[in-house]
Amino acid sequence: MKILVCIKQVPDMESRFRPNGEKTWYDESDLAFRMNEYDEYAVEQAVQLKEQLGGEPEITVLSIGPERTVEAIKKALAMGGDRAVHIRDDRYYQKDPWQIASMIASYAKGEAFDLIFTGMQSQDRGSAQVGVIVAELLGLSCATTLVGFSYDGGTITVKRELEGGIKGVAKLKLPALVTCQLGLNTPRYPTLPNIMKAKKKEIASLTPAELSGEAELTATAAIYPPAKKGGGLVLEGDIGVQVDRLMGILKEKTAVLR
Amino acid sequence: MKALLIGEYRQGKLLDTTYELKAFADRLGADSVMLLVGSDTELPKYAGKLYLADAAKYGEYNPDLHKQLVLQAVEKENPDCIVFVHSSYGWDLAPRVAVALKAGQVSEIVALNEGAYEVNACNAKLRRTVTPRSGRCVLTIQAGAFSPSGEPQGTPQLERLELSGTASAIEFVGYEAAEQKGVDLSKAEVIVSAGRGVGKKDNVPVIAALASALGGELGASRPVVDAGWVDHSHQVGTTGQTVSPKLYVACGISGAIQHLAGMKKADFIVAINKDKDAPIGEIADVLVVADVMQFVPAFTAKCAR
Repeated sequence: MKILVCIKQVPDMESRFRPNGEKTWYDESDLAFRMNEYDEYAVEQAVQLKEQLGGEPEITVLSIGPERTVEAIKKALAMGGDRAVHIRDDRYYQKDPWQIASMIASYAKGEAFDLIFTGMQSQDRGSAQVGVIVAELLGLSCATTLVGFSYDGGTITVKRELEGGIKGVAKLKLPALVTCQLGLNTPRYPTLPNIMKAKKKEIASLTPAELSGEAELTATAAIYPPAKKGGGLVLEGDIGVQVDRLMGILKEKTAVLR
Repeated sequence: MKALLIGEYRQGKLLDTTYELKAFADRLGADSVMLLVGSDTELPKYAGKLYLADAAKYGEYNPDLHKQLVLQAVEKENPDCIVFVHSSYGWDLAPRVAVALKAGQVSEIVALNEGAYEVNACNAKLRRTVTPRSGRCVLTIQAGAFSPSGEPQGTPQLERLELSGTASAIEFVGYEAAEQKGVDLSKAEVIVSAGRGVGKKDNVPVIAALASALGGELGASRPVVDAGWVDHSHQVGTTGQTVSPKLYVACGISGAIQHLAGMKKADFIVAINKDKDAPIGEIADVLVVADVMQFVPAFTAKCAR
């Protein structure tokens, strides 16, 4: 069995964000990058399936982005990926989901993967499109937003998370692509020996020019901080003063402190 | 401009979010037709043409077949845009339709901005305006972002859709009910919730201590539950519980839309966050800009006095 896991490296979402000079994306300076959280679940599920099948499947990790992306790739390899493909693209953020998915599909087309795992969306762009588009382009069956996954003899059973905590269960035959939701599993922390082993694993490098030359179907016109709706009172400064002021406000405005 | 609106139907019921699609079309100033894979007994109030396919035949969740049904309606109506709710149904189906039409898709629209669509980026810390570059486009709208202005009215003019076959690569097995709630937060007068900003599991008791000092319950955001710091029964938000306490204290919660949807009806909201720009500040009555682990113990001590 051949498995592909598509991952993205994104900034830590606890960061403060500001637009870049062109106002088309965020300024990357001063941001710490890590693997997209949803993709950690995708990597973990692939590795668990490999373990279930006695180590037979080969797991390829794919990521698109600038040089720094290699750090996320190395983490996926240390979690249990076998080999990796880095599509080196410094202008990745100017590409829309259609272009990103077309590059992935163009690479995957010749590889005949049986199963592809992706996160359900990226934490920065959040379009929730790339995985599904890849599946459509490759003619794979596809289910999104997985909080449950099992494999038995060429069929996967997935549990999709629906609104209100309800789940929908469906069966898909391979080849298939699934997108992973938070909470699907417990992503492992790479151990030191596995981090060392990962250093020896192959990371092939490709350029966008070798893949798809699709034109964009949507474009970012501008990026900016959301307009402040006024909001409430902001308390800053000394903790002791903040505590006293909040206490006063709660006594005045709510009935819970008497 | 003409919009094809894709309604939602689950567990034998029309979903109310369907009406938000019409509200969005009205805001666009677009004419609309609607498509629903549903049933005759659960028709939307809608003054227009409704393409109806039978869910008993084509399933409530079968994106392969539903895609073909949408494409059939597109063929008949030649719409400029096809609009879905950004929901477990919509985000699953929309890109399939977009690829088939080679149309650009704009996901989770929260507002209209001079002809462009506004969407969130980076946990709603940034906004992006997106313009389609394809003649026809696929749009998904954030649930709750476009509310109907009045009671929906009208009787749809039905046109039935059928496919020649129902073969599909996906077999829907059934639904699983939500997990039993060990803690009923809906009746709590005070909820103090822990978010990722509390840092680690060992810090959760500090938040629980404030909850108990205020005579309330402990709540939690999704990441904290997924990380196993707090049990799912305490989760507030779209996939957890919807609450409306007299006081809601969000500790280290940045304010993802899914969380806000579960607690924005609280009478009074206090947020404690070290990031002054965190989206939770938009709906908080008071935002305390501080490190949660410094502020909360100090405040709890004051309450206890």
